[in-house]
Amino acid sequence: MSGTPTTRDFKANASRAIANTQLTGNLKAVRQNFIDKRAKAVHALPEFEALRESGKEIKNHTLAHLDLYLEAYEKKVVETGGHVHFAADAAEARAIALDICRKVGAKTVTKGKSMITEEVGLNAYLEANGVIPVETDLGEYIIQLRGEAPSHIIAPAVHLNKNQIEGDFRRVHTHLDPGRDLTEKTSLLTEARGVLRESFLAADVGITGANFLIAETGTSVIVTNEGNGDLTQILPRVHIVFASIEKVVPTLEDASQILRLLARSATGQEMSVYTTFSTGPRRPGDPDGPEEYHVVILDNGRSAMLGGEFQDMLRCIRCAACMNHCPVYHQIGGHAYGWIYPGPMGAVLTPSLIGVDEAGHLPNASTFCGRCESVCPMKIPLPKMMRHWREREFERHLNPAVARHGLGFWAFFAKRPRLYALGARIAMKGMALLGRGKGSFKSLPGLSAWTKYRDFAVPEGETFQAKWARARKG
Amino acid sequence: MTTSRTTSRDSIFSSIRRSLGVRGDERIRQGIVAERLERAPKGVIPARGQIDQAGRLALMIEKLEGVQASVARLAGYDEVPAAIADYLRANNLPATIRRGEDPRFGGLPWEETALEVSIGRSQGQDLNAVSHAEAGIAETGTLVLLSGSENPTTLNFLPDNHIVVLNAADLVGDLEQVWARVRKRYGKGEMPRTLNCITGPSRSGDIEQTILLGAHGPRRLHVLVVGG
Repeated sequence: MSGTPTTRDFKANASRAIANTQLTGNLKAVRQNFIDKRAKAVHALPEFEALRESGKEIKNHTLAHLDLYLEAYEKKVVETGGHVHFAADAAEARAIALDICRKVGAKTVTKGKSMITEEVGLNAYLEANGVIPVETDLGEYIIQLRGEAPSHIIAPAVHLNKNQIEGDFRRVHTHLDPGRDLTEKTSLLTEARGVLRESFLAADVGITGANFLIAETGTSVIVTNEGNGDLTQILPRVHIVFASIEKVVPTLEDASQILRLLARSATGQEMSVYTTFSTGPRRPGDPDGPEEYHVVILDNGRSAMLGGEFQDMLRCIRCAACMNHCPVYHQIGGHAYGWIYPGPMGAVLTPSLIGVDEAGHLPNASTFCGRCESVCPMKIPLPKMMRHWREREFERHLNPAVARHGLGFWAFFAKRPRLYALGARIAMKGMALLGRGKGSFKSLPGLSAWTKYRDFAVPEGETFQAKWARARKG
Repeated sequence: MTTSRTTSRDSIFSSIRRSLGVRGDERIRQGIVAERLERAPKGVIPARGQIDQAGRLALMIEKLEGVQASVARLAGYDEVPAAIADYLRANNLPATIRRGEDPRFGGLPWEETALEVSIGRSQGQDLNAVSHAEAGIAETGTLVLLSGSENPTTLNFLPDNHIVVLNAADLVGDLEQVWARVRKRYGKGEMPRTLNCITGPSRSGDIEQTILLGAHGPRRLHVLVVGG
């Protein structure tokens, strides 16, 4: 589903999103639900802050030794009868998956929720090559029916309401009675359960993502609430895990630390309903489980982030707390960001993966309020990294000439404090004179983009610095 | 493995090492990694689960009910078949039950109930199943189930109604204590094929953020706590 990024059109996308009242109405659920639930769960665990520090240290330690932990993980998977495939980029990851599907003559593939498969555009590729992918997470299933990308990394259909979903089910599930009642949300759920149950039982290959890869045991871990990931991986003959290089952690204990942060930060649960640890294929005497177990480990630009100013982003555990708390995301939703990863984590990660020339707008879509960093379970300094991207964009002359020259003009004065103070004094006096008798300006020459949305308060005639200096003398 | 993939593997490792400024053969780094994998240090363990057995049992039940699971307490294993029959009757469900080959289920008085018992994995036709938990985690109300013929993993997900028997003696405070048990049973660095941590019945919040039970896995989760 990744398709061509529309990150370059971010401004137009965002304007369209804000004008879409149905979308902005649907997005209220993000603000109302996620924030309260997370706050309650965090409050109920006194050790939460200590766990954040612990999780951060685990990830930093792992990233500093990533080559060795990946080697240890690979060795363990092979020992337990599984296969590990390294994919340098999206094209290679897609080809590996198709190759495995072809070898077993797969017609349909069920899929658990996986952002990595979205990143590499796996569904479109499999479909073009005659293998039908069926998304089984309810949200992913809904957006697959609509031909859309997810608008949120853990709630992919959060931009839709139940009437829209009902419309899609009626359009696609034509084998069911057209007179059926779908007004209740539970009837939508029951219908999806029935339709997808057939797919689970028929699939030849199941593809899931991974929340963790555990080096100690060669285990992959998935976390779901629906149980779709489990049905995806235990029923078909072949299980393929898609993960990126930074998903590895050293031990079961390390995964356990981060699990305590993950569900609380994501949905406000203490544990998600299903946390599943999978190690290798079916064993002698096992009545169920896959006969083949493959892990595709994707780099796609991540190894280049190590050792630099964006390494901290590789601690991300994809909980979505940053976007759930982001005032920009609340207004525009996920699709406006133009690629797979929206919100603050996307604003930092997307330029790393597809280039700042392509995605330079995203790090600018921030008020720098800092809520994302304050709720990030991995303490990723998201605003700082957005600033790094802005600096790079400026250095590489990627932002518009007006912005660049404006900044240059401002910098000229900012570096000369006396001149700056003089200019400010003159401007304040002038504006106070012009605005005498009225509280605010409705418009100002050259600042129409600003005054279009808000009034500019009339200065009182003295700068803050001047006032400060006077008070200190006084 | 094809040549191109071997090359990708190599190029990914070279890229990681170049970025980190390491070669990969440094004794000190290798020692640090080997030591951590061997020692598996525990991090922060919430105080909540670090209580006595009676406290753990009370917490487990509170947490299970908090995630919409139901709980019944039994004095001994002999009461399991009747408790299953009661539960199914109370919920207007057919008196059928699918189970694995767990020996703890073997000698129970199934014939004293009207239950139609069948044994083996599920192919998707079973409405009700019973499994035996390896452990229960009081901290979060989580049941731990292991794959194999004794308790097939398909029974945890395909049936509509999942009944899990938990021996009170298998209650632990936290997930870390489960790892200690798993290592004792399988050896350090080894795991069962599938280890499921189950915390409540299946649910989804994907329609307008409303939590609805019974998404793809069981609609109901009923726990029979034996002893304690």
